[in-house]
Amino acid sequence: MANSGSASGHTEHTRRDFLFIATGAAAAVGVASTLWPFISQMAPDAATVAAGAPVEIDLTPVAEGQIVKLFWRGKLVFVRHRTAAEIKSARDVDVASLPDPQPDSARVKEGKDQWLVVYGSCTHLGCVPLGNEGAFQGWQCPCHGSVFDTSGRIRQGPAPTNLPVPPYAFLSDTKIQIG
Amino acid sequence: MSGHSTYVPKSAFGKWFESRLPIMGLIHSSLLTFPNPRNLNYFWTFGGILAFMLVSQIITGIVLAMHYTPHADMAFNSVEHIMRDVNYGWMLRYLHANGASMFFIAVYIHMFRGFYYGSYKAPREVLWILGVIIFLLMMATAFMGYVLPWGQMSFWGATVITNLFSAIPGVGETIVTFLWGGYAVDNPTLNRFFSLHYLLPFMIAGVVILHIWALHVPGSNNPAGVEKKTEKDTLPFHPYFTVKDALALVVFLMMFVWFAFYIPNFLGHADNYIEANAAVTPAHIVPEWYFLPFYAILRAIPDKLLGVMAMFGSIAIMLFLPWLDTSKVRSGNYRPVFQVFFWLFAINCVILGWLGSKPAQGGYVTASQICTAYYFIYFIVVLPLLGLFERPKPIPVSIADSILGRSGSAAAMASGAAASPNTKG
Repeated sequence: MANSGSASGHTEHTRRDFLFIATGAAAAVGVASTLWPFISQMAPDAATVAAGAPVEIDLTPVAEGQIVKLFWRGKLVFVRHRTAAEIKSARDVDVASLPDPQPDSARVKEGKDQWLVVYGSCTHLGCVPLGNEGAFQGWQCPCHGSVFDTSGRIRQGPAPTNLPVPPYAFLSDTKIQIG
Repeated sequence: MSGHSTYVPKSAFGKWFESRLPIMGLIHSSLLTFPNPRNLNYFWTFGGILAFMLVSQIITGIVLAMHYTPHADMAFNSVEHIMRDVNYGWMLRYLHANGASMFFIAVYIHMFRGFYYGSYKAPREVLWILGVIIFLLMMATAFMGYVLPWGQMSFWGATVITNLFSAIPGVGETIVTFLWGGYAVDNPTLNRFFSLHYLLPFMIAGVVILHIWALHVPGSNNPAGVEKKTEKDTLPFHPYFTVKDALALVVFLMMFVWFAFYIPNFLGHADNYIEANAAVTPAHIVPEWYFLPFYAILRAIPDKLLGVMAMFGSIAIMLFLPWLDTSKVRSGNYRPVFQVFFWLFAINCVILGWLGSKPAQGGYVTASQICTAYYFIYFIVVLPLLGLFERPKPIPVSIADSILGRSGSAAAMASGAAASPNTKG
């Protein structure tokens, strides 16, 4: 029985071939669908996702020149109350010459030039950059030396992109909601 | 594993058992009668030392896991609990933490032994590749173990290393989120690292068995780099090499316990005695010493993706070493030009390690770039070309010959002693 196909010398497709392929296909689907839960469990769980609800922050106590840190979805966020000089230095730059070209106006809300809200983790390998440091007095990362300007844009070092701006909105002149 | 067991069980039970599971014969042939090249020097004792360190790490680790709590809010305090409250907890933790460093000291000597004596060359390519896999598993295990105390270095080390994967175009960010189980390094990350840190040593043990199996097919390489041919070239593993390994192990352990008992924090970082804080990165963050050369390579390249590729590439390139080295002569002892490049390479690796501990600024970056360049040039240019242009010294006909050649001076000494038998020394 097992050798009937080869014994007769025929190369035509047999029911055994069909069974072999069908079993293999079923097994592949079975393995993939069994594997999926084991991969999916690595993703952020429901509690972590739920903890990503928007957060509100009152800007009144943030003095000019100050940077405050807060967490949203477990990620650090900087809220920086920029001085006029800091805004000027962020704008007095040839945008095209930047590693990740983006005008300062695209990184703040219109009419709220003094408020810069960016993620507080370096786009290189995730360290927290130190405020008011580096050649541009924006941020400098202590890990691998990336330098950011007062708009949170990458200027020097290995970080590939600007500090991203999280989704946020002004609820009033002195209150923002992140998320 | 050597294939020809001469083991004859003496007792009736031994015969009964051996005919059902020939494990005693396997142990007998691979650990007692196995014929080793008689000229092995002390660089060949590090395999045994590494096996000891693996067992030591597993034993201290299993005990530590009984007292440790893998939770972001409790991990740091549970480590302090081990240090202060658990009987001998301080000792077990210091043995485990310093044991990791000792494990790497031993593995680096073991690897450079292989580099110098050409232990990766045919017919030992698979043996070598298994070794590189063990090295990778060791690095993953050590990294995740370092995260468990949940100090500042733990946390930021975990952040930086997991972020390496974000350099992968397109799917990088998703992969990192899946590694973390969140949007930043947090409790889920700690939990899974603990689980994997417990698993990986047993995977290492599995690959070690394959490594020893692959070793016992051709047998050990040796300083002369010629294969054993006759019985004159070899000595049985026991007692000659069990004793040699044991002596080396004792000396090694003296260094190990000296670290563990007298300078237990010398190889660590003070910052790791500060609990993890997601809002503050330590001013100067560096990995453990054994990762520093690779860290220097990462930082040498001012581009994120290329830097990450260079770092992983610096390890992956070792997998191809058996085919990159084109020289027919195995042992570096007979390759005068190779020796120069080899020692430059060794010194280069030490300098890379030193550079990895320095801030990524100015001259340090330039120096890292030069050293990184030489690291790769050694593998990609020097080794392939050297085999074509170098004129090696004549290699000995056999292992026994290489020893007899050396005993020329021993014979002279003996005759000198015979000429003046009453003077000592």
